[in-house]
Amino acid sequence: METMRDRFIDVTSRMLDEDPRLAVVLADISAAGFAGAAAAHPDRVVNVGIREQLMIGAAGGLALTGMRPIAHTFASFLIERPFEQVKLDLGHQGVSAVLVSAAGSYDWPAGGRTHMAPGDVALLDTLPGWTVHVPGHPDEAELLLRDAAAAGDDKVYVRLSAHRNELARPVAPGKFLTLRQGSRGVVLAVGPMLDAVLAATEGLDVTVLYAATVRPFDGEGLRAALGERAEVVIVEPYLAGTSAGEAHAALADRAHRVLGLGVPREEHRHYGSIEEHLRAYGLDAGSLRERISLQLW
Amino acid sequence: MTTAEITQRAHGFADLPGLIARMTGAEKHVPAANSTLDALWVLYDRVLRVSPETADSAERDRFLLSKGHGPMSYYAVLAAKGFIPVETLDTFGAYDSPLGHHPDRLLVPGVEIGSGSLGHGLPLAVGTALGLRAQGLTGQAVWVLIGDAEFDEGSNHEAVAFAGAAGLEQLNVIVIDNSSATHGWTGGIAARFAGEGWSTATVNGRDHEELYAAYTAAHPGRPHAVIARVEPKN
Repeated sequence: METMRDRFIDVTSRMLDEDPRLAVVLADISAAGFAGAAAAHPDRVVNVGIREQLMIGAAGGLALTGMRPIAHTFASFLIERPFEQVKLDLGHQGVSAVLVSAAGSYDWPAGGRTHMAPGDVALLDTLPGWTVHVPGHPDEAELLLRDAAAAGDDKVYVRLSAHRNELARPVAPGKFLTLRQGSRGVVLAVGPMLDAVLAATEGLDVTVLYAATVRPFDGEGLRAALGERAEVVIVEPYLAGTSAGEAHAALADRAHRVLGLGVPREEHRHYGSIEEHLRAYGLDAGSLRERISLQLW
Repeated sequence: MTTAEITQRAHGFADLPGLIARMTGAEKHVPAANSTLDALWVLYDRVLRVSPETADSAERDRFLLSKGHGPMSYYAVLAAKGFIPVETLDTFGAYDSPLGHHPDRLLVPGVEIGSGSLGHGLPLAVGTALGLRAQGLTGQAVWVLIGDAEFDEGSNHEAVAFAGAAGLEQLNVIVIDNSSATHGWTGGIAARFAGEGWSTATVNGRDHEELYAAYTAAHPGRPHAVIARVEPKN
């Protein structure tokens, strides 16, 4: 099955043909996939080797000359390892880039903790001005990547994962999508968590919102989806509670409750599969149904 | 002579101590500021193709001060060359001043990067050289200044290895070596650059002719490192 990362390589290679301002900076990850694009655009597809600090610094330098850099590697090495470069070489310099990750929080459980980055979005939340897209399907990833590449002066993080939903949804960048309507509260499913949330809420009297963009947070969309009960459950594929502060801010003028579900802080020293890890985190459909029901009934 | 006349006349190297004296405070930064004075002056006075009028031109040479500590020499040179009014120096470090104890590119005309945290300028310069080359701007030089202790930062070693392998001819590094690195560099700093394929020159960082000759040495197909040795910090 096509992954979002496959689509990223494909669509970015085509965008390089179309837009002379784009450049791709790699740190060996996905370099083989970009071989064709590198041959066609040797000056605009740069593999710096396994050097993530340099990858972000170089992206900042490219942006200083007016280019639109796209930097890509696994989330652990794109956001967490060179975090000071993300803070200083982009934000502090007043320039921007598109950061595209793969592997997310639990894509390769057999690889262990070193390749898990459930804190990436929370880390970016400590910096101003980042747009964060969390697509749940390759088609959504393509739309959001094209939007990110064209967003000239925006700092954009596109978080790609092998975990995906069966169907693409008609997402619009920055807007939550209403998939179901009910009266007992709102369940906000982020990116690849949607299928499990839909299964978990089957037959429940709740509204289901879908977010493929989490920053800026569509607080207006959330407010509009609430009925009399300001009950919110957010299900995210990264650190539990990452978006709770955004929801609280959106509902600051009314009494409300927010439950944040996602990947726990505790390290799970187990290998295995994505499904096994989602179960261990309480993010499979059965566990989600229990936790959502407890909150909204 | 009125203040306005002093401001408008051209400044020379001999004026720099007086300009630096207009900045007060941050005494601990004074030795760091002075270590870069000659290297910066020769670069701005005789080599770098940028002026206040061309500070925003795509075709300017770039100078990135990576060693953002002790920027008084830098500010003094920028004032001497007309990038900032001389009077601005009097505000150094004040709340509303554009001149902080580390420079900020968004506040000071002609400043290419905000710096202070060590090890960021050289990777940014690598990206700048890549960006210029990708846009066909191959006649522009990118200069970055680091310190010998800053050379400790791993990010610099990532950049040195890559720039050498990629043959980034437009890239030039000045290393101010005042022997301040805690563990030193066995064999000297130039050897580290040379080992990655860079062109190198090690000179007396107080000798303007030596600096000029090193700055202008041809280095086809390779990045260039000038190690400017000055008196030890301690």
